[in-house]
Amino acid sequence: MNNLIKKLVEAYGPSGFEDQIRALIWPEIEKYADDISVDALGNLIAHKKGDGSGLKAMVAAHMDEIGVMITHITEEGFCRFTNIGGVYPHTLLGGRVQFADGRVGIIHSDRITDRSKIYGLDKHFIDVGATGRDDCPVQVGDAAGFHREFVANGKMLSAKSMDDRIGCVVAIEAMKRLKQTPHDVYFVFSVQEEIGTRGAEAAANHLDPDVGIALDVTLTGDVPEAIPMAVSLGKGTAIKVKDAGMIAHHGLVQLMKKRASEASIPYQLEVLTGGSTDARSIQIANGGAAAGCISIPCRYVHSQSETVHADDVENSIKLLVELLAKPIEL
Amino acid sequence: MNELLKNLTEAVGVSGEEKEICRIIRDLIADHVDEWHVDTMGSLIALKKGTGASPLRVMVDAHMDEVGLMVTGFDSNGTLKFDTVGGFDDRTLLGKVVQVGPEKVIGVIGGRPVHLSTPVQRNSVVKVDAMRIDIGAKNEDAAKGKVKLGDRAAFVTAYEELGPTAVAKAFDNRAGCAALVELLRARPYPFDLYAAFTVQEEVGLRGAQAAAYGIDPDVSLVLECTPAYDLPNKNDVSPNVALGKGPSVYVMDAVTVQDPRLVRHILQTAVTHNIPYQIRQPGGGGTNAGAIQRTRRPIPVATIAVPGRYAHTPTMMINLDDYAHVVKLAQLTLQSLTTEIVKRN
Repeated sequence: MNNLIKKLVEAYGPSGFEDQIRALIWPEIEKYADDISVDALGNLIAHKKGDGSGLKAMVAAHMDEIGVMITHITEEGFCRFTNIGGVYPHTLLGGRVQFADGRVGIIHSDRITDRSKIYGLDKHFIDVGATGRDDCPVQVGDAAGFHREFVANGKMLSAKSMDDRIGCVVAIEAMKRLKQTPHDVYFVFSVQEEIGTRGAEAAANHLDPDVGIALDVTLTGDVPEAIPMAVSLGKGTAIKVKDAGMIAHHGLVQLMKKRASEASIPYQLEVLTGGSTDARSIQIANGGAAAGCISIPCRYVHSQSETVHADDVENSIKLLVELLAKPIEL
Repeated sequence: MNELLKNLTEAVGVSGEEKEICRIIRDLIADHVDEWHVDTMGSLIALKKGTGASPLRVMVDAHMDEVGLMVTGFDSNGTLKFDTVGGFDDRTLLGKVVQVGPEKVIGVIGGRPVHLSTPVQRNSVVKVDAMRIDIGAKNEDAAKGKVKLGDRAAFVTAYEELGPTAVAKAFDNRAGCAALVELLRARPYPFDLYAAFTVQEEVGLRGAQAAAYGIDPDVSLVLECTPAYDLPNKNDVSPNVALGKGPSVYVMDAVTVQDPRLVRHILQTAVTHNIPYQIRQPGGGGTNAGAIQRTRRPIPVATIAVPGRYAHTPTMMINLDDYAHVVKLAQLTLQSLTTEIVKRN
């Protein structure tokens, strides 16, 4: 599975520009779907038919990653930029970004006169090796994702876009393992989550599911001076109860707990005080849907070394398969 | 003198009360469309049937509302308390002349004369809740006889042309409305074109959200007026779009990543026809594209805008060549729009 993870996490795909990552996921799922389509926003939608006795379920894992967009090129050829999604200046110095054509740029900042301060994004620039505006190979409006190699330290897996390529991996593996399901399942590899769960919003408005399950990373409380949170790396998949954008459907949470216990899948209950997922959009689209989220605990979210545990990934896949293979009674 | 721009900018239509501007636009387009109606929220929706060459349903949006004020109370001395409708910098309000309510009662947002102010007062910003509109009423009852609680107020700014530029209130977004009127007056497009002159953009893209749900388009183009910021600046820092450098094309703002295929099509159209263009600086702001893109089902969207200086103040300035180029670019973009351009694979 690490080969698949490496392939997906190193790919380019900032929000709104998911063509390349979509092209990588498509062949992975082709064999396991009854039909596949791409909607106008770029959501990749794989339909797995049920036996007619179940519900219409939407499973969402977002393909997009946070990134930057060029806003201005100085006369000397340095690129000023704005954020795509939650990009924080203290994660940037010396970092690298990649553009759609594979070109790599170095991020640095204007002269730092006060080391106790964090400078805003407007004080940072990307150096793409240009000597001036005229030979600068990138343009205003070009988007870039971060550039960082996948690393496996035993079972600790680190990469720039675990959020949420690891959710995509969970969806892909679940599709492979799900032999039969009573439900009409739409696996949506969604776009534009990092800028406001926009892809899932449009897809859910269109698909109108009964049940929505997002697959996404969540924070952990197991690092020095973390915000207290009862989720740790390696202690199981996380069943979301609440985050800043959603209270998960109570019946669905109960069912997830039940299915996990039945199959001896370790799980943790997640109450996240900030952030949200595609499930938020699915929950209130059209007439609403029973929405929940299977979360993969992740350290250092929105840095260039987001870190998950292989066992948690495996347990998340198992829970999703258990959930989809059996009746969903809410 | 561009009579269309003059008529549209001098008309009143503060968010939520767009009846006057709606009627003016209706009369301008009625002879050039196959059908029209006003939806429940007040947006004017018109269908211009296509030649039948393309099965697409295309929505072209221009919001017709403008930022303004609303009367929120009366003082015993006859002056009016008010709040802003849409985004404002309070500093732009003092001393401005406004027209209040359907009767267009003239008032002035009174400012303390320099003779009677202290240096401390002159160095601080007067906030909107400390300002009053003075309509010359001698007391509260007299004021209530002229205007009502909840009445909107718009600025009073005459349209004028100054060589290549024009000044007026509400170019945001009557410039877009004028461009859309011109698109409707042109020959039919290969597809059915739904023109939506929408309400309540300035208070949260509300009219377009409902309109897009009703129209259910396959593709949408938004015509806007975007803030230019091209005044002298001592540092080589990110400028925004400049007057006279052509239509500004959106790539990304705070609410929308515009459809990359549509953006490419627009830029190619500009290059092919030698129309200047500029990429609007990515980052903040938002247009109706955000509401249209995701309301009913996923829709490819793009935004073309006339750059305008001094947005959301009583007087804006645009370049008339930019305006003409926006009309031309939008028209050519639409005439050459095909299903293939917006197909994903």
